[in-house]
Amino acid sequence: MSTTTTVIDKRRKGSIWDGGNEPLKASYGKLMMWFFLLSDAFTFSALLVTYGMIRFSHQAYDPEIHGTFKFSQDYWPIPEKVFEAVPFLHGYELPLVFVGIMTFILIMSSVTMVLAVEAGHRNDRNDVEKWMLWTIIGGFAFLGSQAWEWTHFIVGTEEGSVARFMENGKWVEKTIFGANLVVNQYGPPAFADLFFFITGFHGTHVFSGVLLNILIFYNTATGVYERRGHYEMVEKVGLYWHFVDLVWVFVFTFFYLI
Amino acid sequence: MAGHSHSQHPASTGGAAKPNTKLIWRTFWILFFITALEFLIAFTMPSGWLRVSIFVIMTLVKAFYIVGEFMHLKGEVKTLIWSIVLPLVFVIWLIIALLLEGDSILQVR
Repeated sequence: MSTTTTVIDKRRKGSIWDGGNEPLKASYGKLMMWFFLLSDAFTFSALLVTYGMIRFSHQAYDPEIHGTFKFSQDYWPIPEKVFEAVPFLHGYELPLVFVGIMTFILIMSSVTMVLAVEAGHRNDRNDVEKWMLWTIIGGFAFLGSQAWEWTHFIVGTEEGSVARFMENGKWVEKTIFGANLVVNQYGPPAFADLFFFITGFHGTHVFSGVLLNILIFYNTATGVYERRGHYEMVEKVGLYWHFVDLVWVFVFTFFYLI
Repeated sequence: MAGHSHSQHPASTGGAAKPNTKLIWRTFWILFFITALEFLIAFTMPSGWLRVSIFVIMTLVKAFYIVGEFMHLKGEVKTLIWSIVLPLVFVIWLIIALLLEGDSILQVR
Protein backbone atom coordinates (compact mmCIF):
# COMPACT_ATOMS: atom_id res chain seq x y z
CA MET A 1 0.00 0.00 0.00
CA SER A 2 2.56 2.56 1.13
CA THR A 3 4.96 1.76 -1.75
CA THR A 4 2.29 2.52 -4.35
CA THR A 5 1.61 5.88 -2.76
CA THR A 6 5.26 6.91 -2.87
CA VAL A 7 5.52 5.91 -6.52
CA ILE A 8 2.56 8.14 -7.44
CA ASP A 9 3.92 10.98 -5.32
CA LYS A 10 7.30 10.81 -7.08
CA ARG A 11 5.66 10.96 -10.48
CA ARG A 12 3.54 13.93 -9.47
CA LYS A 13 6.60 15.89 -8.52
CA GLY A 14 7.70 15.97 -12.17
CA SER A 15 4.94 17.94 -13.81
CA ILE A 16 1.19 18.28 -13.59
CA TRP A 17 1.07 17.13 -17.22
CA ASP A 18 2.63 13.73 -16.44
CA GLY A 19 -0.77 12.17 -15.89
CA GLY A 20 -2.68 10.80 -12.93
CA ASN A 21 -4.48 14.06 -12.25
CA GLU A 22 -6.60 16.74 -13.92
CA PRO A 23 -4.36 19.67 -14.85
CA LEU A 24 -7.31 21.78 -16.01
CA LYS A 25 -9.45 20.81 -12.99
CA ALA A 26 -12.31 19.95 -15.30
CA SER A 27 -13.76 16.63 -16.37
CA TYR A 28 -13.19 15.17 -19.83
CA GLY A 29 -16.76 15.90 -20.95
CA LYS A 30 -16.65 19.52 -19.86
CA LEU A 31 -13.32 20.10 -21.59
CA MET A 32 -14.56 18.59 -24.81
CA MET A 33 -17.65 20.78 -24.66
CA TRP A 34 -15.42 23.82 -24.29
CA PHE A 35 -13.27 22.86 -27.26
CA PHE A 36 -16.31 22.03 -29.36
CA LEU A 37 -17.73 25.45 -28.56
CA LEU A 38 -14.42 27.03 -29.54
CA SER A 39 -14.64 25.36 -32.96
CA ASP A 40 -18.27 26.44 -33.24
CA ALA A 41 -17.22 29.98 -32.40
CA PHE A 42 -14.90 29.87 -35.41
CA THR A 43 -17.77 28.77 -37.66
CA PHE A 44 -20.01 31.60 -36.52
CA SER A 45 -17.15 34.10 -36.71
CA ALA A 46 -16.54 33.04 -40.30
CA LEU A 47 -20.22 33.55 -41.13
CA LEU A 48 -20.33 36.99 -39.54
CA VAL A 49 -17.04 38.05 -41.13
CA THR A 50 -18.48 36.93 -44.47
CA TYR A 51 -21.50 39.11 -43.78
CA GLY A 52 -19.24 42.07 -43.11
CA MET A 53 -17.23 41.50 -46.25
CA ILE A 54 -20.21 41.07 -48.58
CA ARG A 55 -21.95 44.05 -47.06
CA PHE A 56 -18.83 46.13 -47.53
CA SER A 57 -18.69 45.14 -51.20
CA HIS A 58 -22.18 46.59 -51.75
CA GLN A 59 -23.17 50.22 -52.02
CA ALA A 60 -24.24 51.65 -48.67
CA TYR A 61 -27.40 53.73 -48.35
CA ASP A 62 -26.62 57.43 -48.46
CA PRO A 63 -29.51 59.92 -48.11
CA GLU A 64 -27.67 62.51 -50.22
CA ILE A 65 -27.37 60.16 -53.20
CA HIS A 66 -30.42 57.91 -52.87
CA GLY A 67 -32.97 60.27 -51.30
CA THR A 68 -35.45 58.89 -48.78
CA PHE A 69 -34.96 55.26 -47.92
CA LYS A 70 -36.88 52.63 -49.85
CA PHE A 71 -36.10 48.99 -50.55
CA SER A 72 -33.82 48.89 -53.56
CA GLN A 73 -31.52 46.44 -55.27
CA ASP A 74 -28.96 49.23 -55.59
CA TYR A 75 -27.83 49.44 -51.99
CA TRP A 76 -27.66 47.43 -48.78
CA PRO A 77 -30.84 47.94 -46.71
CA ILE A 78 -30.90 49.47 -43.25
CA PRO A 79 -31.76 46.47 -41.00
CA GLU A 80 -34.17 48.45 -38.80
CA LYS A 81 -36.24 49.27 -41.91
CA VAL A 82 -36.45 45.58 -42.82
CA PHE A 83 -37.19 44.14 -39.39
CA GLU A 84 -39.99 46.36 -38.16
CA ALA A 85 -43.00 44.05 -37.99
CA VAL A 86 -44.44 42.58 -34.80
CA PRO A 87 -47.07 39.82 -34.62
CA PHE A 88 -50.66 41.00 -34.07
CA LEU A 89 -49.61 44.58 -34.81
CA HIS A 90 -50.02 44.59 -38.55
CA GLY A 91 -49.42 47.91 -40.23
CA TYR A 92 -47.43 49.45 -37.39
CA GLU A 93 -43.81 50.35 -37.96
CA LEU A 94 -41.97 49.10 -34.88
CA PRO A 95 -38.32 48.82 -35.81
CA LEU A 96 -36.34 46.10 -34.02
CA VAL A 97 -39.03 45.63 -31.35
CA PHE A 98 -39.60 41.97 -32.19
CA VAL A 99 -35.87 41.24 -32.34
CA GLY A 100 -35.62 42.90 -28.95
CA ILE A 101 -38.28 40.54 -27.59
CA MET A 102 -36.39 37.56 -29.06
CA THR A 103 -33.16 38.77 -27.46
CA PHE A 104 -34.91 39.11 -24.13
CA ILE A 105 -36.39 35.58 -24.41
CA LEU A 106 -32.97 34.10 -25.09
CA ILE A 107 -31.19 36.00 -22.30
CA MET A 108 -33.99 35.00 -19.93
CA SER A 109 -33.68 31.32 -20.88
CA SER A 110 -29.95 31.62 -20.31
CA VAL A 111 -30.68 32.86 -16.80
CA THR A 112 -33.04 29.96 -16.08
CA MET A 113 -30.36 27.60 -17.41
CA VAL A 114 -27.72 28.97 -15.07
CA LEU A 115 -30.26 28.68 -12.24
CA ALA A 116 -30.68 24.99 -13.16
CA VAL A 117 -26.89 24.54 -13.03
CA GLU A 118 -26.83 26.25 -9.64
CA ALA A 119 -29.62 23.97 -8.39
CA GLY A 120 -27.56 21.02 -9.67
CA HIS A 121 -24.65 22.09 -7.48
CA ARG A 122 -26.99 21.89 -4.49
CA ASN A 123 -28.27 18.48 -5.69
CA ASP A 124 -31.77 19.93 -5.60
CA ARG A 125 -33.70 17.74 -8.02
CA ASN A 126 -36.94 19.72 -7.89
CA ASP A 127 -35.23 23.00 -8.65
CA VAL A 128 -33.25 21.50 -11.53
CA GLU A 129 -36.51 20.17 -12.98
CA LYS A 130 -38.26 23.50 -12.58
CA TRP A 131 -35.52 25.60 -14.17
CA MET A 132 -34.85 23.11 -16.99
CA LEU A 133 -38.55 23.25 -17.85
CA TRP A 134 -38.44 27.06 -18.01
CA THR A 135 -35.34 26.88 -20.20
CA ILE A 136 -37.10 24.50 -22.59
CA ILE A 137 -40.12 26.81 -22.75
CA GLY A 138 -37.80 29.75 -23.46
CA GLY A 139 -36.14 27.78 -26.25
CA PHE A 140 -39.46 26.95 -27.88
CA ALA A 141 -40.59 30.57 -27.52
CA PHE A 142 -37.46 31.72 -29.33
CA LEU A 143 -37.88 29.14 -32.10
CA GLY A 144 -41.51 30.16 -32.55
CA SER A 145 -40.51 33.81 -32.81
CA GLN A 146 -37.88 32.96 -35.36
CA ALA A 147 -40.36 30.93 -37.39
CA TRP A 148 -42.67 33.96 -37.43
CA GLU A 149 -39.86 36.28 -38.45
CA TRP A 150 -38.74 33.96 -41.25
CA THR A 151 -42.31 33.66 -42.51
CA HIS A 152 -42.69 37.43 -42.55
CA PHE A 153 -39.36 37.84 -44.29
CA ILE A 154 -40.21 35.22 -46.94
CA VAL A 155 -43.77 36.42 -47.59
CA GLY A 156 -42.80 40.08 -47.70
CA THR A 157 -44.71 43.34 -47.40
CA GLU A 158 -48.04 44.08 -49.10
CA GLU A 159 -46.59 46.56 -51.59
CA GLY A 160 -43.51 44.54 -52.47
CA SER A 161 -40.80 46.39 -54.32
CA VAL A 162 -39.87 46.87 -57.94
CA ALA A 163 -36.67 45.31 -59.22
CA ARG A 164 -35.09 45.07 -62.66
CA PHE A 165 -34.19 41.72 -64.17
CA MET A 166 -32.37 40.74 -67.35
CA GLU A 167 -34.71 38.52 -69.37
CA ASN A 168 -33.93 37.36 -72.93
CA GLY A 169 -31.41 40.15 -73.28
CA LYS A 170 -33.84 42.86 -72.15
CA TRP A 171 -34.31 44.65 -68.86
CA VAL A 172 -37.75 43.99 -67.38
CA GLU A 173 -39.24 45.53 -64.27
CA LYS A 174 -41.05 43.25 -61.89
CA THR A 175 -42.62 43.66 -58.49
CA ILE A 176 -41.25 41.13 -56.02
CA PHE A 177 -42.71 40.17 -52.71
CA GLY A 178 -40.56 38.89 -49.88
CA ALA A 179 -37.29 37.10 -50.24
CA ASN A 180 -35.79 33.74 -51.05
CA LEU A 181 -32.28 32.65 -51.97
CA VAL A 182 -32.61 34.14 -55.49
CA VAL A 183 -34.68 37.32 -55.23
CA ASN A 184 -35.11 39.74 -52.37
CA GLN A 185 -37.52 42.65 -52.10
CA TYR A 186 -35.56 44.28 -49.30
CA GLY A 187 -32.29 44.72 -51.14
CA PRO A 188 -29.53 42.74 -52.83
CA PRO A 189 -30.17 38.94 -52.89
CA ALA A 190 -27.00 38.44 -50.84
CA PHE A 191 -28.70 40.16 -47.91
CA ALA A 192 -31.47 37.54 -47.83
CA ASP A 193 -28.98 34.70 -48.38
CA LEU A 194 -26.92 35.82 -45.39
CA PHE A 195 -30.07 36.29 -43.31
CA PHE A 196 -31.17 32.73 -44.01
CA PHE A 197 -27.72 31.24 -43.46
CA ILE A 198 -26.74 33.08 -40.29
CA THR A 199 -30.05 33.11 -38.42
CA GLY A 200 -30.82 29.64 -39.79
CA PHE A 201 -27.54 28.20 -38.54
CA HIS A 202 -28.14 29.83 -35.18
CA GLY A 203 -31.73 28.57 -35.11
CA THR A 204 -30.49 25.04 -35.80
CA HIS A 205 -28.24 25.38 -32.79
CA VAL A 206 -31.16 26.55 -30.66
CA PHE A 207 -33.22 23.61 -31.89
CA SER A 208 -30.57 21.02 -31.00
CA GLY A 209 -30.08 22.86 -27.72
CA VAL A 210 -33.78 22.44 -26.91
CA LEU A 211 -33.53 18.72 -27.72
CA LEU A 212 -30.53 18.37 -25.37
CA ASN A 213 -32.40 20.31 -22.68
CA ILE A 214 -35.38 17.97 -23.00
CA LEU A 215 -33.01 15.02 -22.62
CA ILE A 216 -31.53 16.55 -19.47
CA PHE A 217 -34.99 17.31 -18.12
CA TYR A 218 -36.05 13.72 -18.74
CA ASN A 219 -32.97 12.33 -17.01
CA THR A 220 -33.46 14.67 -14.07
CA ALA A 221 -37.15 13.81 -13.76
CA THR A 222 -36.43 10.08 -13.83
CA GLY A 223 -33.74 10.50 -11.19
CA VAL A 224 -30.75 9.45 -13.31
CA TYR A 225 -28.55 12.26 -11.98
CA GLU A 226 -29.75 11.80 -8.42
CA ARG A 227 -28.61 8.16 -8.58
CA ARG A 228 -25.35 9.27 -10.18
CA GLY A 229 -24.82 11.68 -7.29
CA HIS A 230 -24.05 14.76 -9.34
CA TYR A 231 -25.62 17.00 -11.97
CA GLU A 232 -22.61 17.64 -14.18
CA MET A 233 -24.57 16.87 -17.34
CA VAL A 234 -26.72 19.94 -16.63
CA GLU A 235 -23.53 21.98 -16.52
CA LYS A 236 -22.25 20.62 -19.85
CA VAL A 237 -25.48 21.21 -21.72
CA GLY A 238 -25.69 24.55 -19.92
CA LEU A 239 -22.38 25.53 -21.55
CA TYR A 240 -23.87 24.77 -24.95
CA TRP A 241 -27.05 26.71 -24.20
CA HIS A 242 -25.14 29.79 -23.02
CA PHE A 243 -23.02 29.62 -26.15
CA VAL A 244 -26.18 29.75 -28.26
CA ASP A 245 -27.16 32.89 -26.33
CA LEU A 246 -23.67 34.30 -26.85
CA VAL A 247 -23.89 33.78 -30.61
CA TRP A 248 -27.25 35.54 -30.66
CA VAL A 249 -25.68 38.56 -28.92
CA PHE A 250 -23.23 38.80 -31.81
CA VAL A 251 -25.83 38.12 -34.52
CA PHE A 252 -28.06 40.76 -32.95
CA THR A 253 -25.31 43.37 -33.09
CA PHE A 254 -23.86 42.62 -36.48
CA PHE A 255 -27.02 41.73 -38.34
CA TYR A 256 -29.71 43.91 -36.78
CA LEU A 257 -28.03 46.89 -35.14
CA ILE A 258 -25.17 47.89 -37.40
CA MET B 1 -15.42 11.24 -11.37
CA ALA B 2 -16.68 8.67 -8.88
CA GLY B 3 -14.58 10.05 -6.03
CA HIS B 4 -15.73 13.51 -7.00
CA SER B 5 -19.41 12.71 -6.68
CA HIS B 6 -18.96 10.95 -3.38
CA SER B 7 -17.82 14.07 -1.61
CA GLN B 8 -20.85 16.00 -2.91
CA HIS B 9 -23.39 13.40 -1.92
CA PRO B 10 -23.83 14.18 1.78
CA ALA B 11 -25.04 17.66 0.84
CA SER B 12 -28.14 16.20 -0.77
CA THR B 13 -29.12 14.17 2.24
CA GLY B 14 -28.61 17.00 4.69
CA GLY B 15 -31.73 18.90 3.64
CA ALA B 16 -32.07 21.59 0.99
CA ALA B 17 -29.17 24.00 0.74
CA LYS B 18 -30.01 27.66 0.24
CA PRO B 19 -29.91 28.84 -3.37
CA ASN B 20 -27.20 31.37 -4.05
CA THR B 21 -28.43 33.33 -7.05
CA LYS B 22 -27.41 36.91 -6.32
CA LEU B 23 -24.57 36.94 -8.84
CA ILE B 24 -26.76 35.35 -11.54
CA TRP B 25 -29.39 38.07 -11.30
CA ARG B 26 -26.78 40.79 -11.16
CA THR B 27 -25.34 39.45 -14.44
CA PHE B 28 -28.83 39.35 -15.92
CA TRP B 29 -29.45 43.01 -15.06
CA ILE B 30 -26.10 44.01 -16.56
CA LEU B 31 -26.96 42.20 -19.82
CA PHE B 32 -30.46 43.67 -19.81
CA PHE B 33 -29.21 47.17 -19.17
CA ILE B 34 -26.58 47.02 -21.93
CA THR B 35 -29.13 45.68 -24.44
CA ALA B 36 -31.57 48.46 -23.52
CA LEU B 37 -28.78 50.99 -23.99
CA GLU B 38 -28.02 49.50 -27.39
CA PHE B 39 -31.62 50.13 -28.44
CA LEU B 40 -31.44 53.70 -27.19
CA ILE B 41 -28.26 54.33 -29.17
CA ALA B 42 -29.72 52.65 -32.27
CA PHE B 43 -32.55 55.18 -32.39
CA THR B 44 -30.87 58.35 -31.16
CA MET B 45 -27.41 58.30 -32.69
CA PRO B 46 -26.64 58.78 -36.40
CA SER B 47 -24.95 55.75 -37.96
CA GLY B 48 -21.25 55.99 -38.46
CA TRP B 49 -17.94 54.61 -37.29
CA LEU B 50 -18.44 55.88 -33.76
CA ARG B 51 -21.80 54.13 -33.37
CA VAL B 52 -20.42 50.90 -34.83
CA SER B 53 -17.48 50.91 -32.41
CA ILE B 54 -19.79 51.58 -29.46
CA PHE B 55 -21.95 48.61 -30.51
CA VAL B 56 -18.91 46.34 -30.90
CA ILE B 57 -17.53 47.30 -27.49
CA MET B 58 -20.93 46.76 -25.82
CA THR B 59 -21.23 43.36 -27.51
CA LEU B 60 -17.80 42.35 -26.24
CA VAL B 61 -18.77 43.45 -22.72
CA LYS B 62 -21.91 41.30 -22.93
CA ALA B 63 -19.85 38.39 -24.26
CA PHE B 64 -17.48 38.80 -21.31
CA TYR B 65 -20.35 38.52 -18.82
CA ILE B 66 -22.00 35.55 -20.57
CA VAL B 67 -18.76 33.58 -20.88
CA GLY B 68 -17.30 34.70 -17.56
CA GLU B 69 -20.33 34.43 -15.27
CA PHE B 70 -22.92 32.21 -16.99
CA MET B 71 -20.42 29.75 -18.48
CA HIS B 72 -18.25 30.29 -15.44
CA LEU B 73 -14.99 30.51 -17.35
CA LYS B 74 -13.80 33.05 -14.78
CA GLY B 75 -13.74 30.30 -12.15
CA GLU B 76 -11.71 27.83 -14.21
CA VAL B 77 -7.94 27.42 -13.99
CA LYS B 78 -5.77 29.84 -15.95
CA THR B 79 -4.61 27.21 -18.46
CA LEU B 80 -8.20 26.44 -19.45
CA ILE B 81 -9.10 30.14 -19.74
CA TRP B 82 -6.19 30.81 -22.06
CA SER B 83 -6.66 27.68 -24.15
CA ILE B 84 -10.17 28.93 -24.95
CA VAL B 85 -9.48 32.65 -25.30
CA LEU B 86 -6.12 32.62 -27.07
CA PRO B 87 -7.19 30.68 -30.22
CA LEU B 88 -9.78 33.41 -30.88
CA VAL B 89 -6.85 35.54 -32.03
CA PHE B 90 -7.35 33.76 -35.38
CA VAL B 91 -10.69 35.54 -35.74
CA ILE B 92 -8.95 38.87 -35.23
CA TRP B 93 -6.38 37.79 -37.78
CA LEU B 94 -9.14 36.98 -40.29
CA ILE B 95 -10.76 40.38 -39.79
CA ILE B 96 -7.46 42.25 -40.18
CA ALA B 97 -6.47 40.14 -43.20
CA LEU B 98 -9.77 40.85 -44.94
CA LEU B 99 -9.63 44.55 -44.10
CA LEU B 100 -6.21 44.72 -45.74
CA GLU B 101 -6.69 42.27 -48.62
CA GLY B 102 -10.46 42.10 -49.04
CA ASP B 103 -10.45 44.76 -51.71
CA SER B 104 -8.37 42.67 -54.10
CA ILE B 105 -10.51 39.58 -53.45
CA LEU B 106 -13.62 41.54 -54.43
CA GLN B 107 -11.90 42.78 -57.59
CA VAL B 108 -11.00 39.35 -58.93
CA ARG B 109 -14.19 37.49 -58.02
